[in-house]
Amino acid sequence: MMLAMLIGILFAGGLAAWFCERLHPAAPARVALTALAFDAVLLFMLYPLAADNSAWIADLKWQWIPRFGIGFHLAMDGVSLLLVTLAVLLGCVAVGCARTEIRHRQGFFYFNLLFCLAGAVGVFLAMDLFLFFFCWELMLAPMYFLIGIWGHEDSIRAAIKFFIFTQVGGLLMLLAIVALALIYHADTGRYSFDYFDLLHATPDPHTAFLLMLGFFVAFSVKLPAIPFHAWLPDAHTQAPTAGSVILAGVMLKTGAYGLLRFTVPLFPDAAQQFAPVAMTLGAISVLYGAVMAYAQSDLKRLIAYTSISHMGFMLLGIFSLNLAALQGSVVTMLAHGFSAAALFMIAGALQERLHTREMGKMGGLWPLAPRLSAITLFFAIASLGLPGLGNFIGEFLVLLGTFKVNAGLTALTALVLILAPAYALLIVRKTLHGPLSEARQCADFGSRQLLALAILMLATLCLGLHPQPVLDLAQPSLLRILQAMPPET
Amino acid sequence: MIEQLYLLPLFPLLGFLFLALAGGRLARPVIAWTGCGSVGVCALLSALIGAAYLRGGMEPCRVAAGSWLAVDDLSLPFGFYLDALSLTMLLVVTGVGWLIHLYSSGFMADDADYARFFAYMNLFVSAMLLLVLADNLALLYMGWEGVGLSSYLLIGFWYQNPDNGHAARKAFVMTRVGDTALLLGLLLLFTRLHTLDIPALQALAAEHWRPGSLLPVAASALLLGGAVGKSAQLPLQSWLPDAMAGPTPVSALIHAATMVTAGIYLIARMHGLFVLAPQVQFAVALIGATTLLLAGFSALAQTDIKRILAYSTISQIGYMFLALGVGAWSAAIFHLLTHAFFKALLFLAAGAVIFCFHHEHDIFRMGGLRRKLPVAFWSFVVGCAALAGLPFTAGFYSKHQILLAVFAVSPVLWAAACFGAALTGFYSFRLLFVAFFGPENRETVTGMDWRMRTPLLLLCLLALGGALLRIPLASVFPLLPAKPEPGVFDPLNLVSLLAPFAGVLLAAWRYLGAAQAAQALAAKPWFKGLRQFWLDGWGFDRLYDRLWLRPFQFIAEINKNDVIDREYAAIARLCMRLHAMLGASQTGKVRRYAAVMGFGAAAIIAIGLLS
Repeated sequence: MMLAMLIGILFAGGLAAWFCERLHPAAPARVALTALAFDAVLLFMLYPLAADNSAWIADLKWQWIPRFGIGFHLAMDGVSLLLVTLAVLLGCVAVGCARTEIRHRQGFFYFNLLFCLAGAVGVFLAMDLFLFFFCWELMLAPMYFLIGIWGHEDSIRAAIKFFIFTQVGGLLMLLAIVALALIYHADTGRYSFDYFDLLHATPDPHTAFLLMLGFFVAFSVKLPAIPFHAWLPDAHTQAPTAGSVILAGVMLKTGAYGLLRFTVPLFPDAAQQFAPVAMTLGAISVLYGAVMAYAQSDLKRLIAYTSISHMGFMLLGIFSLNLAALQGSVVTMLAHGFSAAALFMIAGALQERLHTREMGKMGGLWPLAPRLSAITLFFAIASLGLPGLGNFIGEFLVLLGTFKVNAGLTALTALVLILAPAYALLIVRKTLHGPLSEARQCADFGSRQLLALAILMLATLCLGLHPQPVLDLAQPSLLRILQAMPPET
Repeated sequence: MIEQLYLLPLFPLLGFLFLALAGGRLARPVIAWTGCGSVGVCALLSALIGAAYLRGGMEPCRVAAGSWLAVDDLSLPFGFYLDALSLTMLLVVTGVGWLIHLYSSGFMADDADYARFFAYMNLFVSAMLLLVLADNLALLYMGWEGVGLSSYLLIGFWYQNPDNGHAARKAFVMTRVGDTALLLGLLLLFTRLHTLDIPALQALAAEHWRPGSLLPVAASALLLGGAVGKSAQLPLQSWLPDAMAGPTPVSALIHAATMVTAGIYLIARMHGLFVLAPQVQFAVALIGATTLLLAGFSALAQTDIKRILAYSTISQIGYMFLALGVGAWSAAIFHLLTHAFFKALLFLAAGAVIFCFHHEHDIFRMGGLRRKLPVAFWSFVVGCAALAGLPFTAGFYSKHQILLAVFAVSPVLWAAACFGAALTGFYSFRLLFVAFFGPENRETVTGMDWRMRTPLLLLCLLALGGALLRIPLASVFPLLPAKPEPGVFDPLNLVSLLAPFAGVLLAAWRYLGAAQAAQALAAKPWFKGLRQFWLDGWGFDRLYDRLWLRPFQFIAEINKNDVIDREYAAIARLCMRLHAMLGASQTGKVRRYAAVMGFGAAAIIAIGLLS
């Protein structure tokens, strides 16, 4: 019941925010924040339930379309609890940074923001593949509007590009879902879209491989992995700050979550067979993203490419198919969520103050805005993977797990440790350091932004110095995935 | 007492947090007290811990302060380990570190960013203590990266000047090349031995791995990569001279006394692994010998007072590598200890000269400082004597031990080291003679206060008598095969002893007397070319620029707009083209529509009939 409420509150909040606009211009933001606060309370109540170390924390199953075996089935395990928490936290952060940036059509803005989050939470909780697909598509349209309506100069094109890319991926996934349900029907004589039923579907190896590819493509477009990444830099560059925060912090994670929850467990053999290719794609994403980030002069584009680089680690970790690497992927999901969201917030704040995203036109901001600068430095360093901060734990565990499977590929991927400082310190050099180019004003962070970023900094530090609670929470679900894998040959 | 080990990295960390969070609002004395105080408390605590350790029979001791992470078969505690080796490092880091902090409070007194400076310095001390006290390699790596970060922050401390930023990034990225090798070494060790605990790791390695086999060689070569990067040895040495862009106390603390010796510490700490890989150990000796000569020649050609000292640091660390390579572990650590004293002294004295001379770095524009700056002068006399290894200074005892140990393994390396000792004598006294003797060149001189004088004085004493502070390392390292101590008049002993004097005399002849022959030599074009080559550090920067940097930037730049994106753009264009073509058929002419419909119907019927 609590699971349905998690999603329902966000829906209700979104509708309420839209209608509240006529009462007071600031009302939508307050409504959105209230809805997120209610969700946060629910999550607090769910955490104690996770303590007994079983895989499933909560489960909810209602009939929806019985004729085709489609149910409203939600369930939560450690991984989804962590990701829902991430979504709610970043939702609050996004509302925080939208308050100064968004000036027109506020009600509709918060409606879209909350619907987008509701879709993401639904994705993290859905245990019925039809429901999953429904939520997957539900995330799309609101994000399309967020980019298209409140974005920057070239926003319509970027929004359409984003929409088409994800839609093509989604189509492949829909085909794979229907095919899998039909195979299940052929096996047992009844229709079901339920995750736990479909786990027992027995497609022949060739079909399984094709269906696995369908899921894989859909998720790696969202992730995004090379070569399906082309939408991301445009979408991020054009999106409003709050959109970028949700996009980088939450929506990209749905891709990684999908790989972890569906691609691998539904088709264990095919996934294992495909693992070398997927890992190579991951390694290429890591390196390609880093090199591309170094070449950018637009701050938001640079951060977008670093996201691709970090997401590559996730792909690499998931397909290494051992516990350390999977744990590393989960930690990277959270750590990247925090750090990328923070960097996009900073980029948005700079754009708001300096009216440019070109790093060549920035520089020398440290004396003007010491707090903003120190926080930028912190997250630049976090994203280059300094030990003691969250991203390092994720990358270290992924590399550790990958090394057991393929040492050569790990060594190649580790080259990113040299490339990451190149791009991360580029941000520091071009924005904070150097002489002041002209007499200019740059206000420092206000207390609201400071609070949001302090939370993200604290989370990054906790994840880097004491990741054990997160690891313990994720462990049962990851072990379950690994137990279902075919024994190593 | 020893159980309080975990407090050591914590104090400077708290100092850092306090200064970073509240620094802008604090008064200067409060900042100085916090910055120096946190390290001072550390120094005091480590002295107490050291005393307790020495009294307690020198048993290695472990303190666990909670768990960092545990996944699968990997378990990493926040564990600290104290033995004679880490105690030596501990005393150097906190003791010398505290003196340098005190000195900085005077040196940086007029800087606008006082709080930021002390915050970074405290962060460095904290990370360095984590590095030397860690009981597992992952925690050591955390300290290792932490010192790299603080080094980056402090080299680029004066960030308005883009050159400083460039030097800082160069230092960070070049050492990160080594760090990457180190991390891979870590992964390899863990994958094979299933632990990262340092003592356990070496016990397991000795048990399972045959000496000279592939695994220990690969693992120790990777660790060596990390050490080479951090300790600025060939081929990753060229970042250190540029790192002198930072404030001088930073150069003294990070780029002379402590951080750059982390590589020595790593190899000494992992000596159980290196003895299983004789090939790699020989490579260590070779790298050390080559580096000490190359850096010695480069130091000869420099005119910037800090760059001379930077090259001499690279060269002295080369000696330590050489000692490690021939298995003279404790001699290497001994030299590390004395080097920390006299090189910190030299840098601080150089800082005093620079401070009093309004940021003048060129020794040829100084001259005759002897009478104007007596404190700095006498510090330099002591420091240069110890650096050159003249008898009765601390540097003599440690360097002499290295030379003797090297001879026992390889006379060729010994000859190189002796030649290096002569070079050291030459370049160190060249600096002294040029800057402090001769005619007076400049007028403007400001004085320095007690906060700068006291550390200089104490370090003078340490550079002379620091050899007495040596902590016996026999409990840590395997003993060298016993060999007879050479007599005083043994030729081996005499040559090792007199080599530095040759350099000193040559320097005196060249720079105190009017040496016609030397000036004639200096005028020759080939000599000028050679000099320039040495001045540029043997052209490594240019080589790496061509080999790595420019190709990378070229590739990044040509692909700035992402070649993959263009393929998708092509799909979009294709759609537009098709759209235009089909759109053209929509003419609105009923005749044409009817005709097309007719033809279409006919074609379908024909296909239906014929198939």
